[in-house]
Amino acid sequence: MSETVTLEVLRYHPETDSKPHFQSYTVPYHEDWVVLDALNHIKDHLDGTLTYRWSCHMAVCGSCGMMINGEPKLSCHAFLRDYRNGVVRIEPLDHFPIERDLVIVMDSFMEKLSSVKPYMIVEREKPLSEGEYLQTPALLNVYKQYTQCINCLLCYAACPQCALNQDFIGPAALALAHRYNLDSRDGGKDQRADVVASDEGIWECTFVGACSEVCPKHVDPAAAIQQTKISASVDWFKNLLPRGGSA
Amino acid sequence: MSRRPYVREVRRAWWLGQPRYVVYMIRELTSLFIGLYSAWLVIGLVRLAQGRTAWEGFLAATSSPPAVLFQFVCLAFAAYHSITWFAVTPKAMPLTLQGKPVSGNVIVAGHYAAWALVSLVVLIAAGV
Repeated sequence: MSETVTLEVLRYHPETDSKPHFQSYTVPYHEDWVVLDALNHIKDHLDGTLTYRWSCHMAVCGSCGMMINGEPKLSCHAFLRDYRNGVVRIEPLDHFPIERDLVIVMDSFMEKLSSVKPYMIVEREKPLSEGEYLQTPALLNVYKQYTQCINCLLCYAACPQCALNQDFIGPAALALAHRYNLDSRDGGKDQRADVVASDEGIWECTFVGACSEVCPKHVDPAAAIQQTKISASVDWFKNLLPRGGSA
Repeated sequence: MSRRPYVREVRRAWWLGQPRYVVYMIRELTSLFIGLYSAWLVIGLVRLAQGRTAWEGFLAATSSPPAVLFQFVCLAFAAYHSITWFAVTPKAMPLTLQGKPVSGNVIVAGHYAAWALVSLVVLIAAGV
Protein backbone atom coordinates (compact mmCIF):
# COMPACT_ATOMS: atom_id res chain seq x y z
CA MET A 1 0.00 0.00 0.00
CA SER A 2 1.31 3.46 -0.86
CA GLU A 3 2.27 5.93 1.86
CA THR A 4 -0.42 8.02 3.56
CA VAL A 5 -0.54 11.01 5.88
CA THR A 6 -3.04 11.64 8.66
CA LEU A 7 -4.48 15.11 9.00
CA GLU A 8 -6.31 16.16 12.18
CA VAL A 9 -8.49 19.08 11.18
CA LEU A 10 -10.41 21.29 13.59
CA ARG A 11 -14.07 21.30 12.55
CA TYR A 12 -16.76 23.71 13.65
CA HIS A 13 -20.25 23.88 12.21
CA PRO A 14 -22.05 26.90 13.72
CA GLU A 15 -25.49 25.37 13.24
CA THR A 16 -24.88 22.01 14.84
CA ASP A 17 -21.74 22.24 17.02
CA SER A 18 -21.51 23.92 20.41
CA LYS A 19 -17.71 23.92 20.15
CA PRO A 20 -15.00 22.83 17.68
CA HIS A 21 -13.68 19.26 17.54
CA PHE A 22 -10.91 17.49 15.66
CA GLN A 23 -11.65 15.14 12.78
CA SER A 24 -9.05 12.81 11.27
CA TYR A 25 -8.55 12.21 7.57
CA THR A 26 -6.06 9.94 5.86
CA VAL A 27 -4.78 11.22 2.53
CA PRO A 28 -2.22 9.85 0.07
CA TYR A 29 1.33 11.16 0.47
CA HIS A 30 2.95 12.92 -2.46
CA GLU A 31 6.44 14.36 -2.34
CA ASP A 32 5.33 17.56 -4.09
CA TRP A 33 2.06 18.12 -2.17
CA VAL A 34 1.56 21.05 0.14
CA VAL A 35 -0.94 20.95 3.00
CA LEU A 36 -3.45 22.78 0.80
CA ASP A 37 -3.28 19.93 -1.75
CA ALA A 38 -4.14 17.51 1.04
CA LEU A 39 -7.11 19.66 2.10
CA ASN A 40 -8.28 19.85 -1.51
CA HIS A 41 -8.05 16.05 -1.70
CA ILE A 42 -10.27 15.80 1.39
CA LYS A 43 -12.75 18.29 -0.05
CA ASP A 44 -12.88 16.58 -3.45
CA HIS A 45 -12.79 12.92 -2.44
CA LEU A 46 -13.49 12.39 1.27
CA ASP A 47 -15.65 15.12 2.78
CA GLY A 48 -17.15 17.92 0.72
CA THR A 49 -18.35 19.75 3.84
CA LEU A 50 -14.84 20.80 4.91
CA THR A 51 -14.64 24.59 4.63
CA TYR A 52 -11.49 26.69 4.18
CA ARG A 53 -10.29 29.69 2.18
CA TRP A 54 -7.83 29.49 -0.64
CA SER A 55 -7.26 30.96 -4.05
CA CYS A 56 -3.88 31.28 -5.75
CA HIS A 57 -1.91 28.25 -4.46
CA MET A 58 1.32 30.26 -4.83
CA ALA A 59 1.75 32.40 -1.67
CA VAL A 60 0.43 35.54 -3.31
CA CYS A 61 -3.24 35.91 -2.39
CA GLY A 62 -2.85 35.43 1.38
CA SER A 63 -6.12 33.48 1.74
CA CYS A 64 -5.02 30.07 3.00
CA GLY A 65 -3.37 30.96 6.31
CA MET A 66 -3.97 28.41 9.09
CA MET A 67 -2.27 26.89 12.13
CA ILE A 68 -0.24 23.86 11.07
CA ASN A 69 1.06 21.97 14.10
CA GLY A 70 0.63 25.14 16.15
CA GLU A 71 2.52 27.42 13.77
CA PRO A 72 0.79 30.00 11.55
CA LYS A 73 1.53 29.10 7.92
CA LEU A 74 0.15 29.54 4.44
CA SER A 75 -1.10 26.04 3.68
CA CYS A 76 0.06 26.46 0.08
CA HIS A 77 3.55 27.19 1.39
CA ALA A 78 3.87 24.23 3.76
CA PHE A 79 5.03 20.97 2.20
CA LEU A 80 3.59 17.71 3.50
CA ARG A 81 7.09 16.22 3.35
CA ASP A 82 8.13 18.51 6.21
CA TYR A 83 5.49 16.85 8.43
CA ARG A 84 6.09 13.29 7.26
CA ASN A 85 6.70 11.78 10.67
CA GLY A 86 3.51 12.05 12.64
CA VAL A 87 0.10 13.62 12.43
CA VAL A 88 -0.46 17.01 10.81
CA ARG A 89 -2.75 19.07 13.04
CA ILE A 90 -4.60 21.86 11.25
CA GLU A 91 -6.56 24.61 12.98
CA PRO A 92 -7.93 28.01 11.97
CA LEU A 93 -5.59 30.97 12.56
CA ASP A 94 -5.23 31.72 16.26
CA HIS A 95 -6.64 34.89 17.84
CA PHE A 96 -9.60 35.15 15.45
CA PRO A 97 -13.16 33.89 15.95
CA ILE A 98 -14.00 30.78 13.90
CA GLU A 99 -16.71 31.32 11.31
CA ARG A 100 -16.77 27.69 10.25
CA ASP A 101 -14.12 24.93 10.14
CA LEU A 102 -10.86 26.63 9.06
CA VAL A 103 -12.49 29.92 8.08
CA ILE A 104 -11.91 32.80 10.49
CA VAL A 105 -13.84 36.04 11.00
CA MET A 106 -11.54 38.83 9.85
CA ASP A 107 -13.90 41.81 10.16
CA SER A 108 -11.87 43.29 13.01
CA PHE A 109 -8.73 43.26 10.87
CA MET A 110 -10.49 44.98 7.97
CA GLU A 111 -11.60 47.77 10.33
CA LYS A 112 -8.10 48.14 11.78
CA LEU A 113 -6.56 48.17 8.33
CA SER A 114 -8.81 50.94 7.05
CA SER A 115 -8.30 52.94 10.27
CA VAL A 116 -4.60 53.50 9.46
CA LYS A 117 -5.45 54.93 6.00
CA PRO A 118 -3.19 52.54 4.04
CA TYR A 119 -3.19 54.55 0.83
CA MET A 120 -1.37 57.51 -0.65
CA ILE A 121 -2.34 60.87 0.84
CA VAL A 122 -0.49 63.50 -1.15
CA GLU A 123 0.13 66.88 0.44
CA ARG A 124 -0.84 68.73 -2.70
CA GLU A 125 -2.76 67.30 -5.63
CA LYS A 126 -0.83 68.19 -8.77
CA PRO A 127 -2.63 68.98 -12.02
CA LEU A 128 -1.94 66.42 -14.76
CA SER A 129 0.10 69.01 -16.64
CA GLU A 130 2.75 68.90 -13.92
CA GLY A 131 3.39 65.23 -14.63
CA GLU A 132 3.99 62.26 -12.36
CA TYR A 133 4.99 62.15 -8.71
CA LEU A 134 8.58 61.12 -9.32
CA GLN A 135 10.62 58.89 -7.04
CA THR A 136 14.18 57.58 -7.31
CA PRO A 137 15.02 53.88 -6.84
CA ALA A 138 16.72 54.82 -3.54
CA LEU A 139 13.51 56.43 -2.28
CA LEU A 140 11.56 53.33 -3.36
CA ASN A 141 13.94 51.06 -1.46
CA VAL A 142 13.20 52.93 1.77
CA TYR A 143 9.74 51.33 2.00
CA LYS A 144 9.68 48.58 -0.66
CA GLN A 145 9.96 45.72 1.82
CA TYR A 146 6.70 46.80 3.51
CA THR A 147 4.78 46.76 0.23
CA GLN A 148 5.11 42.97 0.11
CA CYS A 149 2.36 42.37 2.70
CA ILE A 150 -0.44 40.13 1.39
CA ASN A 151 -2.74 40.56 4.43
CA CYS A 152 -2.56 36.83 5.18
CA LEU A 153 -2.89 37.52 8.95
CA LEU A 154 -0.22 35.00 9.99
CA CYS A 155 1.36 37.83 12.00
CA TYR A 156 -1.87 38.38 13.96
CA ALA A 157 -2.03 34.67 14.74
CA ALA A 158 1.59 34.72 15.95
CA CYS A 159 1.31 37.85 18.10
CA PRO A 160 0.35 37.25 21.75
CA GLN A 161 -0.57 40.92 22.15
CA CYS A 162 -3.26 40.43 19.51
CA ALA A 163 -4.68 37.66 21.68
CA LEU A 164 -4.48 39.60 24.94
CA ASN A 165 -5.89 42.88 23.60
CA GLN A 166 -8.41 42.53 20.81
CA ASP A 167 -8.19 46.29 20.12
CA PHE A 168 -4.47 46.18 19.21
CA ILE A 169 -4.18 47.51 15.65
CA GLY A 170 -1.68 44.73 15.03
CA PRO A 171 1.44 44.02 12.97
CA ALA A 172 0.25 44.07 9.33
CA ALA A 173 -1.84 47.25 9.60
CA LEU A 174 0.96 49.10 11.43
CA ALA A 175 3.54 47.89 8.90
CA LEU A 176 1.35 49.19 6.07
CA ALA A 177 0.94 52.55 7.83
CA HIS A 178 4.75 52.66 8.08
CA ARG A 179 5.02 51.81 4.39
CA TYR A 180 3.01 54.92 3.44
CA ASN A 181 4.66 57.14 6.07
CA LEU A 182 8.05 56.27 4.55
CA ASP A 183 6.91 57.00 0.99
CA SER A 184 8.42 60.26 -0.27
CA ARG A 185 5.24 61.00 -2.24
CA ASP A 186 3.01 60.71 0.84
CA GLY A 187 2.04 63.46 3.27
CA GLY A 188 -0.50 61.63 5.44
CA LYS A 189 1.66 60.78 8.46
CA ASP A 190 -0.15 63.22 10.77
CA GLN A 191 -3.55 61.85 9.72
CA ARG A 192 -2.43 58.31 10.55
CA ALA A 193 -0.79 59.27 13.84
CA ASP A 194 -4.05 59.38 15.84
CA VAL A 195 -4.43 55.64 15.38
CA VAL A 196 -0.83 54.54 14.77
CA ALA A 197 0.69 56.35 17.77
CA SER A 198 -2.21 55.57 20.15
CA ASP A 199 -2.23 53.09 23.03
CA GLU A 200 -3.89 50.52 20.76
CA GLY A 201 -1.32 51.26 18.04
CA ILE A 202 2.43 50.92 18.29
CA TRP A 203 2.54 51.24 22.08
CA GLU A 204 0.60 48.01 22.57
CA CYS A 205 3.50 46.17 20.88
CA THR A 206 6.05 44.73 23.32
CA PHE A 207 8.42 43.52 20.60
CA VAL A 208 7.86 39.80 20.90
CA GLY A 209 9.05 39.61 17.29
CA ALA A 210 6.94 36.57 16.37
CA CYS A 211 5.14 38.52 13.60
CA SER A 212 8.36 38.89 11.63
CA GLU A 213 9.38 35.28 12.20
CA VAL A 214 6.20 33.88 10.66
CA CYS A 215 5.78 36.39 7.82
CA PRO A 216 5.88 34.43 4.52
CA LYS A 217 6.81 37.57 2.57
CA HIS A 218 9.65 38.79 4.85
CA VAL A 219 7.88 42.08 5.53
CA ASP A 220 9.26 42.36 9.09
CA PRO A 221 6.35 44.15 10.81
CA ALA A 222 8.23 44.13 14.15
CA ALA A 223 10.90 46.36 12.63
CA ALA A 224 8.26 48.67 11.17
CA ILE A 225 6.60 49.07 14.57
CA GLN A 226 9.86 49.72 16.46
CA GLN A 227 10.89 52.32 13.87
CA THR A 228 7.47 53.96 14.19
CA LYS A 229 7.92 54.08 17.99
CA ILE A 230 11.16 56.02 17.56
CA SER A 231 9.62 58.33 14.95
CA ALA A 232 6.50 58.95 17.11
CA SER A 233 8.68 59.70 20.16
CA VAL A 234 10.71 62.23 18.16
CA ASP A 235 7.46 63.86 16.95
CA TRP A 236 6.18 63.99 20.55
CA PHE A 237 9.34 65.78 21.74
CA LYS A 238 9.17 68.18 18.80
CA ASN A 239 5.62 69.10 19.82
CA LEU A 240 6.89 69.99 23.31
CA LEU A 241 9.19 72.60 21.81
CA PRO A 242 7.96 76.16 21.26
CA ARG A 243 6.84 77.19 17.79
CA GLY A 244 9.52 76.64 15.21
CA GLY A 245 10.71 73.48 16.93
CA SER A 246 8.94 71.37 14.36
CA ALA A 247 11.31 72.57 11.64
CA MET B 1 -27.81 30.29 7.61
CA SER B 2 -27.12 31.89 10.94
CA ARG B 3 -23.73 33.16 11.99
CA ARG B 4 -22.41 31.99 15.34
CA PRO B 5 -18.64 32.61 15.37
CA TYR B 6 -16.77 30.60 17.99
CA VAL B 7 -14.25 32.50 20.11
CA ARG B 8 -11.38 30.44 21.50
CA GLU B 9 -10.20 31.30 25.01
CA VAL B 10 -6.62 32.45 25.59
CA ARG B 11 -5.02 29.98 28.01
CA ARG B 12 -3.41 31.48 31.10
CA ALA B 13 -0.22 29.60 30.27
CA TRP B 14 -0.24 30.75 26.63
CA TRP B 15 3.43 31.67 26.82
CA LEU B 16 4.46 28.05 27.47
CA GLY B 17 3.08 27.01 24.08
CA GLN B 18 5.97 28.24 21.94
CA PRO B 19 9.74 28.47 22.65
CA ARG B 20 9.76 32.02 21.21
CA TYR B 21 7.14 33.08 23.77
CA VAL B 22 9.18 31.59 26.62
CA VAL B 23 12.27 33.51 25.49
CA TYR B 24 10.16 36.66 25.30
CA MET B 25 8.74 36.16 28.80
CA ILE B 26 12.25 35.69 30.23
CA ARG B 27 13.20 39.00 28.62
CA GLU B 28 10.17 40.64 30.24
CA LEU B 29 11.12 39.05 33.59
CA THR B 30 14.54 40.69 33.45
CA SER B 31 12.89 44.07 34.09
CA LEU B 32 11.89 42.84 37.56
CA PHE B 33 15.51 42.21 38.54
CA ILE B 34 16.72 45.43 36.96
CA GLY B 35 14.00 47.24 38.96
CA LEU B 36 15.07 45.48 42.18
CA TYR B 37 18.71 46.41 41.61
CA SER B 38 17.72 50.02 40.92
CA ALA B 39 15.82 50.00 44.23
CA TRP B 40 18.97 48.67 45.95
CA LEU B 41 20.98 51.61 44.52
CA VAL B 42 18.31 54.07 45.70
CA ILE B 43 18.56 52.60 49.20
CA GLY B 44 22.33 53.13 48.95
CA LEU B 45 21.81 56.80 48.10
CA VAL B 46 19.46 57.25 51.06
CA ARG B 47 21.99 55.60 53.40
CA LEU B 48 24.75 57.81 51.98
CA ALA B 49 22.67 60.90 52.75
CA GLN B 50 22.21 59.67 56.33
CA GLY B 51 25.92 59.86 57.13
CA ARG B 52 29.10 57.81 57.36
CA THR B 53 27.88 55.07 59.71
CA ALA B 54 24.75 54.41 57.66
CA TRP B 55 26.80 54.31 54.43
CA GLU B 56 29.36 51.88 55.87
CA GLY B 57 26.50 49.69 57.07
CA PHE B 58 25.11 49.68 53.55
CA LEU B 59 28.52 48.74 52.11
CA ALA B 60 28.80 45.87 54.58
CA ALA B 61 25.32 44.66 53.66
CA THR B 62 26.22 44.89 49.95
CA SER B 63 29.22 42.61 50.51
CA SER B 64 27.29 39.94 52.40
CA PRO B 65 26.99 36.58 50.56
CA PRO B 66 23.19 36.84 49.91
CA ALA B 67 23.63 40.39 48.56
CA VAL B 68 26.52 39.29 46.32
CA LEU B 69 24.38 36.43 45.02
CA PHE B 70 21.52 38.89 44.39
CA GLN B 71 23.87 41.16 42.44
CA PHE B 72 25.13 38.26 40.31
CA VAL B 73 21.55 37.25 39.50
CA CYS B 74 20.75 40.85 38.57
CA LEU B 75 23.89 41.04 36.44
CA ALA B 76 22.94 37.84 34.61
CA PHE B 77 19.43 39.12 33.84
CA ALA B 78 20.75 42.56 32.82
CA ALA B 79 23.28 40.91 30.48
CA TYR B 80 20.55 38.67 29.01
CA HIS B 81 18.36 41.72 28.42
CA SER B 82 21.17 43.76 26.88
CA ILE B 83 22.43 40.98 24.61
CA THR B 84 18.96 40.12 23.30
CA TRP B 85 18.23 43.82 22.84
CA PHE B 86 21.48 44.46 20.95
CA ALA B 87 20.64 41.52 18.68
CA VAL B 88 17.44 43.23 17.49
CA THR B 89 18.75 46.79 17.22
CA PRO B 90 19.30 46.53 13.42
CA LYS B 91 15.51 46.11 13.13
CA ALA B 92 14.62 48.96 15.43
CA MET B 93 17.32 51.34 14.30
CA PRO B 94 18.33 50.63 10.70
CA LEU B 95 20.93 53.07 9.43
CA THR B 96 21.74 54.25 5.96
CA LEU B 97 25.08 55.79 5.08
CA GLN B 98 25.33 57.69 1.79
CA GLY B 99 22.14 56.03 0.60
CA LYS B 100 23.27 52.49 1.39
CA PRO B 101 21.98 50.41 4.30
CA VAL B 102 24.53 49.80 7.06
CA SER B 103 25.04 46.08 7.81
CA GLY B 104 23.20 44.79 10.86
CA ASN B 105 26.45 43.38 12.24
CA VAL B 106 27.99 46.86 12.24
CA ILE B 107 25.00 48.28 14.17
CA VAL B 108 25.21 45.46 16.73
CA ALA B 109 29.00 45.84 17.04
CA GLY B 110 28.49 49.58 17.58
CA HIS B 111 26.28 48.84 20.58
CA TYR B 112 28.85 46.47 22.10
CA ALA B 113 31.57 49.08 21.54
CA ALA B 114 29.44 51.74 23.25
CA TRP B 115 28.77 49.30 26.13
CA ALA B 116 32.52 48.65 26.54
CA LEU B 117 33.31 52.37 26.40
CA VAL B 118 30.70 53.32 29.01
CA SER B 119 31.85 50.45 31.25
CA LEU B 120 35.46 51.65 30.93
CA VAL B 121 34.50 55.22 31.84
CA VAL B 122 32.55 53.96 34.88
CA LEU B 123 35.47 51.77 36.01
CA ILE B 124 37.94 54.65 35.64
CA ALA B 125 35.60 57.02 37.48
CA ALA B 126 35.25 54.44 40.26
CA GLY B 127 39.03 54.28 40.52
CA VAL B 128 39.28 50.56 39.84
